[in-house]
Amino acid sequence: MKFQIEDVTVYFPYDNIYPEQYSYMVELKRALDAKGHALLEMPTGTGKTIALLSLITSYALSKPSNPIKLLYCTRTVHEMEKTLAELRLLHQYQLRHLGPAAKILALGLSSRKNLCINPAVVSAENRDSVDAGCRKLTATWVRALAVENPNIPMCQFFENYEKAASEAVLPPGVYTLQDLRAFGRDKGWCPYFLARHMVQFANVVVYSYQYLLDPKVAGIISKEMQRESVVVFDEAHNIDNVCIEALSVSVRRQTLEGATRNLSKMAQEINRFKATDAGRLRAEYNRLVDGLAQRGNLPISDTWLANPALPDDILKEAVPGNIRRAEHFLSVLRRLVQYLHGRLETENVEKEGPVAFVASINSQAGIDQKMLKFCYDRLHSLMLTLEITDTDEFLHIQTICDFATLVGTYTRGFSIIIEPFDERMPHIPDPVLQLSCHDASLAIKPVFERFQSVVITSGTLSPIDLYPRLLNFNPVVSRSFTMSLTRNCICPMVLTRGSDQLPVSTKFDMRSDPGVVRNYGRLLLEMVSVVPDGIVCFFVSYSYMDGIVNTWNESGILKEIMQHKLVFIETQDVVETTLALDNYRRACDCGRGAVFFSVARGKVAEGIDFDRHYGRLVIMFGVPFQYTLSRILLARLEYLRETFQIKEGDFLTFDALRQAAQCVGRVIRSKADYGMMIFADKRYSRHDKRSKLPGWILSHLRDAHLNLSTDMALHIAREFLRKMAQPYDKAGGSGRKTLLSEEDLEKMGDGTTNEMLF
Amino acid sequence: MPGEVVKRARYKTSVKDSGVAGVLKMTEDKFVFMPNDPTSSARLDVEFRFIKGHKFSKGGSNKPALLNLTQDSEKGGGYIFEFENHPDREVCREFVGKALAKFSEASKAGSEQSAVKLFDEQLSTIEMERRIKLLREDSELQKLHKQFVLSGVLTEAEFWATRKKLLDGNTSRTSKQRVGFKSAMISDLKPLTDGRTNRVTFNLTPEIIHQIFAEKPAVHQAFLNFVPNKMTEKDFWNKYCRAEYLHCTRNTVAAAAEAAEDEELAVFLKHDDILASEARRKIRRVDPTLDMEADQGDDYMHLPDHGIFRDGSKEIIDPQYEQYRRTLSQDLNRHAAVVLEGRPIDVELEDTRTVAEALAKSKRVEAANEKSDGSVTQERLERISRMTEIEDLQAPRDLPFAALCIKDPRDYFDSQQANALKTLGDTLAGSKQIKCSLSTQEAYGSLRGFISEIKSVGLSDPIVKPDIALKVLNGLTQNISSTKFHLGKNPQESVLDRLPIITKEELLHHWTSIQELLRHFWSSYPITTTYLYAKASRLKDAMSQIYPKLQEIKESVQSDFRHQVSLLVQPMLQALDAAFAHYDADQQKRSARSGERPNGFV
Repeated sequence: MKFQIEDVTVYFPYDNIYPEQYSYMVELKRALDAKGHALLEMPTGTGKTIALLSLITSYALSKPSNPIKLLYCTRTVHEMEKTLAELRLLHQYQLRHLGPAAKILALGLSSRKNLCINPAVVSAENRDSVDAGCRKLTATWVRALAVENPNIPMCQFFENYEKAASEAVLPPGVYTLQDLRAFGRDKGWCPYFLARHMVQFANVVVYSYQYLLDPKVAGIISKEMQRESVVVFDEAHNIDNVCIEALSVSVRRQTLEGATRNLSKMAQEINRFKATDAGRLRAEYNRLVDGLAQRGNLPISDTWLANPALPDDILKEAVPGNIRRAEHFLSVLRRLVQYLHGRLETENVEKEGPVAFVASINSQAGIDQKMLKFCYDRLHSLMLTLEITDTDEFLHIQTICDFATLVGTYTRGFSIIIEPFDERMPHIPDPVLQLSCHDASLAIKPVFERFQSVVITSGTLSPIDLYPRLLNFNPVVSRSFTMSLTRNCICPMVLTRGSDQLPVSTKFDMRSDPGVVRNYGRLLLEMVSVVPDGIVCFFVSYSYMDGIVNTWNESGILKEIMQHKLVFIETQDVVETTLALDNYRRACDCGRGAVFFSVARGKVAEGIDFDRHYGRLVIMFGVPFQYTLSRILLARLEYLRETFQIKEGDFLTFDALRQAAQCVGRVIRSKADYGMMIFADKRYSRHDKRSKLPGWILSHLRDAHLNLSTDMALHIAREFLRKMAQPYDKAGGSGRKTLLSEEDLEKMGDGTTNEMLF
Repeated sequence: MPGEVVKRARYKTSVKDSGVAGVLKMTEDKFVFMPNDPTSSARLDVEFRFIKGHKFSKGGSNKPALLNLTQDSEKGGGYIFEFENHPDREVCREFVGKALAKFSEASKAGSEQSAVKLFDEQLSTIEMERRIKLLREDSELQKLHKQFVLSGVLTEAEFWATRKKLLDGNTSRTSKQRVGFKSAMISDLKPLTDGRTNRVTFNLTPEIIHQIFAEKPAVHQAFLNFVPNKMTEKDFWNKYCRAEYLHCTRNTVAAAAEAAEDEELAVFLKHDDILASEARRKIRRVDPTLDMEADQGDDYMHLPDHGIFRDGSKEIIDPQYEQYRRTLSQDLNRHAAVVLEGRPIDVELEDTRTVAEALAKSKRVEAANEKSDGSVTQERLERISRMTEIEDLQAPRDLPFAALCIKDPRDYFDSQQANALKTLGDTLAGSKQIKCSLSTQEAYGSLRGFISEIKSVGLSDPIVKPDIALKVLNGLTQNISSTKFHLGKNPQESVLDRLPIITKEELLHHWTSIQELLRHFWSSYPITTTYLYAKASRLKDAMSQIYPKLQEIKESVQSDFRHQVSLLVQPMLQALDAAFAHYDADQQKRSARSGERPNGFV
């Protein structure tokens, strides 16, 4: 369908539209007009993504003189694929209606690991080895050598791409990672470098958060994006965590040992160069005197992760004199490693601010703050000079330099925590020194400053006023939408008691109580016998899930569950989990039915949808609080209290409930879909906890469903499922319309829109 | 048709007789039995025209392969031969069948050839096997078959003619639907301790072994490698159980120590490399919208030592022993995957070696198929695009569907009925929804609707006569309500379950047999040939034998069930009565006509 929002003609690939999608677009358009940032919460299952994509692309189409670029950030690669699939649907529709004028270039960008098509390189185990493998074939000096010596292997795809030069472009269209690979294979061009190149010209770029938020990655990938871009962070309820992770580093014994090895390797190289090619080292020195430590204009194939500090915080001045000479720099690094070694030997937990830490380095190792700050760039330059291609071998020294640069750059918002062992395993010594960032606004600040509109959106952004404080920005639009429902297609319940009427909870003192474990088991067992197709269960942590599943196995409950449905589990091994998910879907597709055990805050909870028959019921066993004894968390809470006056308890509850809401929200995809959500913990019945759930869940949580036992929940489930299985009138009967057609939209004048809808 | 068949067989006078070993030779018109011991008197030379029929034992590996050539159905006397194996028996049986058919054909030559064709249809071995298999699978069918075919009420061909569908569908069905693995894990393979000594016993059945092979390729591979060259099968399983026991105790250190000493044991304790490589292969074909592995490859946040390291969400294990750690989760996932894949092979589970080899073969086939399969990607892409659409924002599209196949309908519908009753109870308890807050407009609208309807249809006053309606309703629901009253609220029970088991089974049996007979009875009308005429009268006789039995049941049950039983028996009797009435009427018409046409030709 096609309709007007003020001066923009919106092309929407479906025949109908939900009223909230329409209002979402209206709000979004306001933000774009104002060239400001927006914070929008809309329930899952109301087609956020497609509404967003179709408004922004239509907006760009309506202003052909100065089209805006869309940078769409997803948390994961599979979400990227989903987004691109929706975009393709939209693009095909626009092409049908507008013809060639609607042509756009949209592509997904990922790492070499996901884009490389050179079989020799891509078969490597992990991303770092693939990166290094690529570098070994494509670095400028390798290629220069290869010109003289035909025995040196090169990457044919990269060579073809280079040869094609300016010819190498992607024709307009929507490209998923797989399409890029297929295109690359077809033409014989390297898809990774082609994509990297085309990102500058594309109308829509879909990539993951870090490509914008993590300075190490953003520095090389996103530095050339124009200001007239709209940046969208989808599913952004965890964006603060992503931000603080981007600026955190930890150092362990293995890191230090590896770094020592790296240093001696580099010393050897320096000696070799001194003997054979002393001029090269001298040239580097001169370059550093001129202040050219930064990346400058390196060829695309030579770049790797950039400076870990934010671009604004990097001083534009020459590298200090005392680390300009390669051997001097190495000895500085050696002293630093030595110093960190000493700090790790501690028997007690230590916590320090960056300033005190730098001062202590200065006094004990004689390295001042400025030297620390330049460590990363200096290392980068040295590695280029030494022509090191196997960068995956040198990760440890890079980590040390990351650490040094960060600790030398920032004086607030960070703390350094040294723990001699893991709290839960005091008998295993495993010292770790962690530099942890507490201030999420640091990493995202350059994004807000650089781009004209940043849209942060998710199904759970409650309470919506907290995010501007955490991220320190001023949205021009900040709204939370409710869901207009044709029928009550979600059914949240709070289960407080088991079948024996005793309370259930994962509270620390109760969670291992055999009665609670049994009651949870009985709950699942009853549910698998009445709920068709897929059921998803979320547990508060891996260790809790392991424990409870083992107990169920021993007591035979698991066996009984398996009589009804197949059981799949998320494990810490990603490959296994992916395959388990794939099998889970197949089991649901073929009608066998299955249960998936997963972990709140785990990888599955983060981005896998359990819509339609893939999830008719979600059970959230317990309240997914963070591990509250973690020192890092405590330090962060302290910082939040001091800086933003956010109370610890409030933040913890907020964080736990947004995770829970996120987990259960995965069951709904559209209004034709339906699903139940069981919050199985007595603490959910308390008002202070429950009220932090997003409004669209709360509005369906009836008072009668607030304090249920297993048998009552079972009864409600039966009722609900029977009701939902009936055919219904999609457009919504009398009263409010829940599905708008083109005429409906035309009928509503601009002025009356909102009154009619809400 | 080959001219003659010669097989080794034992001649027996009765089934229990040990018999005389010898050679059976069959030619087109007679069969000759020569005992091995020339002095024995059990020498036979019989022409086929004296043979009236043949019976044979059911195929089954443990039963003797018998063939009984009956001389006369009344006397029941005949020649029983036991063959060395079933295929031999089948060959002879087929031969006999053809020979007999030829004789009966010859004797009834002329007008009724077409009927005879039906009678002793020449069956291929495959067809026969299929029938035998059906009978073996379905005990009810077998009972009916025994009752009617073996007693001569129906012929083999007639019996199967009404089950054509079963036979036809069978070919496709056997290939489509096989009994899969059990849903339960083989962790049922729990060590049993007898409490007094330190002995631990494990129980392995062929079924479990098959499942172990399917779930643990490493064990499968090891079995193929080690048995029987390197160790005996028993030793192999001993070792396996030892490993399982170590795993049960969750003592990774002990497991590592034992594995270091014994390399064969280590195979069972270490991670399964074959599984790992299989996983790597499969991950490439996984749906990209849930590929979390790709995500890891993109995640610069989790560079080693970057990000937040110790926030309590990660577990630590000693890397030295990691390879000896096998978690329940891995087992669960693997098990479910195997169950989902289904049983790849269809062999008898008795010999472990054959099972292992067949499994290996099917794996190779699978791998080969995978390589050549290009359509998978296409299909996957289509699926993704289908998945991305929001379904209710546009007109529905037809989804592909698979036909429902229920093996035992009665089982299914009985359980459904229990559910229905259950939910009926629920509904009464809960969800009566009457809209109470009506606006005037709505009420008016609905009234107007009524009026316009009456205008178009016309008024019949009153629309339904209340007294008649009440009578009908009572008549219809009387039984239901009284039954329901007796049953009370227990939804699991049906009327049948409350009856004594013998009565219940008898009733069910009679019900199915009556159904069978009635089907044949009505299908033989209108009677156009003498064959059909004979069949109808035969059926009528059989039915009239059942009739008194039903009465008997009715009387034999205790008084408190008598009412229920008579309610159940009633429809059967009615159906039979109808059939008898029709038969008699037809008979009268026939005799009246035969008076007019004395030559008796129908």
